[in-house]
Order: sequence, then structure tokens, then C-alpha cells
Amino acid sequence: MNSASITPTDDSNLHERWMPVLEVAVREVFELMLGCRLTAPEGPVDIPGEMTAMVGLAGQLCGIMSLQCSAPTSAEMASRMLGVDPTNIGPEVCDAFGEICNMIAGNFKNKITGLGDGCMLSVPTVITGEDYQLHSMVDAPGVEVRLLFENLPFVVALQIHN
Amino acid sequence: MGGIRALIVDDSSVMRKIVERSLRQAGIELAAVLEASNGAEALAVLAENKVELILSDINMPLMDGLELVKQLGGVPNAKGVPVIMITTEGSESHVVEALSAGARGYIRKPFTPEQVRDHVLPLLGVKA
Repeated sequence: MNSASITPTDDSNLHERWMPVLEVAVREVFELMLGCRLTAPEGPVDIPGEMTAMVGLAGQLCGIMSLQCSAPTSAEMASRMLGVDPTNIGPEVCDAFGEICNMIAGNFKNKITGLGDGCMLSVPTVITGEDYQLHSMVDAPGVEVRLLFENLPFVVALQIHN
Repeated sequence: MGGIRALIVDDSSVMRKIVERSLRQAGIELAAVLEASNGAEALAVLAENKVELILSDINMPLMDGLELVKQLGGVPNAKGVPVIMITTEGSESHVVEALSAGARGYIRKPFTPEQVRDHVLPLLGVKA
């Protein structure tokens, strides 16, 4: 696996430098666990937020890692992860979707030198539906990666509380 | 190789299925797969069942994987049974703590079936 040697406190452009690390972390999870190579959208894409998975980070880095996409996209991800037809996917969608977010968060923090020991992850939480507002105590610029899974858009975001 | 009985411990049922599939993809014949969603459940399963391999997550509610490994020493059905941790926790201290507690291997998520094979087969006495 690729790794980056970036310490959490070494410069002011940290968030910009974390973006490629986050993208690598996301791509690795999809390649290894879903057998899928992700592509980048050619322009701005609208991403429905019907499914949102969140994993909290606490310790040296505090914040929230989130994964968001449409319900059909999350079902497709779960079906690829489990190796079953999307039409046969049931309640395990939330479990699979949360685990993908969990692995992205874990893979990301393992790539940031010094974060492994100093940052803990919460269990994943999955929200279904779009009619909600998230109020987190973030106070630093976030990092966001938009990618295509089988041409279906999704977004991974890291919101940071310094 | 005859089929083995494996215990897979993870609070995600999806991850338990994926670990089982990875074992099968690694060419490991499974006579039975027992499951538990946390360390306490795993101890209950082991009170009634013998297994030849335990694969456990670390971050789980009620009893985490590290505590499970520490308690396995007092479980007759777990005597000498290799334990492999499969977890998103990739820090050096977690690896050291798990191995010190008695785990025989450590696999970071995300993982490939090949990684599972390379960790499991030597512990079962099979050349990887």
C-alpha cells in the first residue's frame, strides 16, 4: 500500500496536502475490498446525499470522515463488497456502507505519520435520507474528494476540528 | 488439508462474510464457520465449541479484540489456537499490543485474500 509521510502539525498547507492522501486511501479501499478502480469526474458532479456514513476521529486529529452518495450507489457498493446482486441487497447496505467509511478513515489515518497512535476512530454511523442538517464543531478547512464508482458519483469528506 | 473450524469475530456482519469469503478464496477449506459480534460473544462461543483458527476485529462494543486475546489464555477450547487480528487500527502500538497479548498475526483493513492466505496458511502448518 502507498503511504505518505506527513505529520499532523508540520505546516499550514496541511489540508491541501492531505487531499491526495485521502484520495489514495479511498482508491485503495475500493480496489482491495470492492475490486473496483475509481475514476475522477471530468467536471462538477451533483451528488445526491441519500446515504451518509460517518466515522468520528478523536485525539491528535478530531473531526468527522463522511461518505455520501445516492441510495442506488450505496446498494451497488454493498453488492460489490459482498459479491451479490444489487437486487438481493437488504439491510446489510448500511453495515457495508459504514464499513467502507470506516476503512477509508482507518486507511487515511494510517497514512499520516504519527496519527496512528494518536487518533481513535468511532464506530460508523449511517444516516439515510436527505432531510437533515449536520452541525459539527469543525473549525478548520475540510478536505473533500469526489470520485466515480462505476460512473456513479460519491464524495468523501474530512471535516476537521483543530 | 482437511476442513478447519474457524471463529470470525467482528461487529459488522458484512465484514464477517468478507473474511469468510477471503478464507475460501485463499484456498482454506472450512468445515465450519462460527461467528461472534464482540469479544464477549466469542468467549461464549468458545465455551461450547472448539476451533482451529480465530480471526478478530479490534474495535468492537462490550469487549474489544485486544481484551478477547488477553482472556483466551483461560479458555480451554482456545489453548494453542492461533488468533489473527483483522482491523482498521494500523498503528505500531496496536500491533505490538496485539502480538504481546498473544495474537499470531495482524492484518490491516483494507486487505486482499492473498494477505489472508499469507498470514493464515503458515499458522495452519501449510506453506503459503
